[in-house]
Amino acid sequence: MEIDPPALGSTGVTDVHIESMRLAGMPGAYLQTSPEYYLKRLLARGFEAVYSLGKAFRQGEQGRYHHPEFTLLEWYRPGWDEYRLMAEVQELIVATGAREQRPKLAVSTHSFSEVFADATGIDPHAPPPQTLQKLASDIAGRDCNHEDDSICLDLIFSLRVEPVLPRGLCFLHDYPVCQAALAATAENADGQVVARRFEVFWDGLELANGYFELTDVEELGRRFQADNQRRLTRGQATVPVDEKLLAAINEGLPPCAGVALGVDRLLMKFTGSEAIQQVLAFTDPFDLA
Amino acid sequence: MASYSTNEFRSGLKVMLDGDPCAILENEFVKPGKGQAFNRVRLRNLKTGRVWERTFRSGESLEGADVVDKDMQYLYTDGEHWHFMEPDTFEQHQADAAVVGEAAPWLSEQDTCVVTLYNGAPLAVAPPNHVELTIVETDPGLKGDTAQGGTKPATLSTGAVVKVPLFLNEGEVVRVDTRTGEYLGRARD
Repeated sequence: MEIDPPALGSTGVTDVHIESMRLAGMPGAYLQTSPEYYLKRLLARGFEAVYSLGKAFRQGEQGRYHHPEFTLLEWYRPGWDEYRLMAEVQELIVATGAREQRPKLAVSTHSFSEVFADATGIDPHAPPPQTLQKLASDIAGRDCNHEDDSICLDLIFSLRVEPVLPRGLCFLHDYPVCQAALAATAENADGQVVARRFEVFWDGLELANGYFELTDVEELGRRFQADNQRRLTRGQATVPVDEKLLAAINEGLPPCAGVALGVDRLLMKFTGSEAIQQVLAFTDPFDLA
Repeated sequence: MASYSTNEFRSGLKVMLDGDPCAILENEFVKPGKGQAFNRVRLRNLKTGRVWERTFRSGESLEGADVVDKDMQYLYTDGEHWHFMEPDTFEQHQADAAVVGEAAPWLSEQDTCVVTLYNGAPLAVAPPNHVELTIVETDPGLKGDTAQGGTKPATLSTGAVVKVPLFLNEGEVVRVDTRTGEYLGRARD
């Protein structure tokens, strides 16, 4: 069922790497960075598969592949796991345009640790102390020894791994547990605890992020609190925890998989565009930023 | 000086990095969907001319560098220093060979140059893009050889040596592109 969730909510996300925009004229209102919490509240009320195609807003994200207001297609599949959902993402991308644009589009699926270790020689789930920091320092051209593992993973992945990902569609699964976000965790074949999170790349451009969703309300509450703790140590404003979401998940979120796909970036790939601004009809509110 | 956050980094902005003044060349925003945002920045070290690539966490800031470009008149050299004057205040500045660098053979007295000042002292000198200089030494001109396209070295009044067409003679004034050192044509006057 298509859902049209509000763009303005009573809180934002605690995630330290995602800043919600605020309205000067309406203190306490947050432009939503994704429809996730609204859709999960409906799932907890017993809705079957739900999706939303709409605008999302993220403060400060502006560049060749980022625009502060962008279009997200997000959907949830109760009873599915992340692998079944990955197959559906592939089907959707092929059906909506890739078939015409790239009839011979290669598709590959790898674990995060496979591509990370291939590019760097480091096991991202069990890196020896300071190895990530040392490599991050080399790549950044400056001292990263004080940065935590998760920041170094982001830096190394973005600048060293992403550029050499297999061409075509590339699905990565089993993320480091420090990057679980709202994914459930599990043990992989090597007995390592990993996040049941996946991402989709097309020629190295990140298109979608999905989870086998965390349904444990206590763990979710702990992650939100930990996010706000990190926000305080990083000097960021804390964000009120979404109590309505926690209450709904306390009632019971069914086992489900969900994914959010950046529609503008998909259009970039369909049209061969080099910058997200090329697929946006208007960019004027952000031209001065 | 003010400090500048990564989201204010623009091409041309002058900032301090590792104690040296630098000019930002490029600033690319990089962010994994669920991860830390970074700015991958290319900067030119204005002291050495070297290009650095550095990645910052988005939101980090750098101190601005007190670097200004000023049009100045080149006055003369005493062999050790080159002397320049600000045309509006008549304030004079002297620059040594390390600062003048590759600009030296293109400077002729009275020409207007761009002098980059760092904390008030010259850091770099850029000659005009095009200069007109007199040939002081070259092999005699070959009349009628205008179509061949051959060249010969010619020493100009400032000491610069450029390749010029065979038909040119000592005493003639030529136009040269100082960025490439290429002969552009005879000066028309």
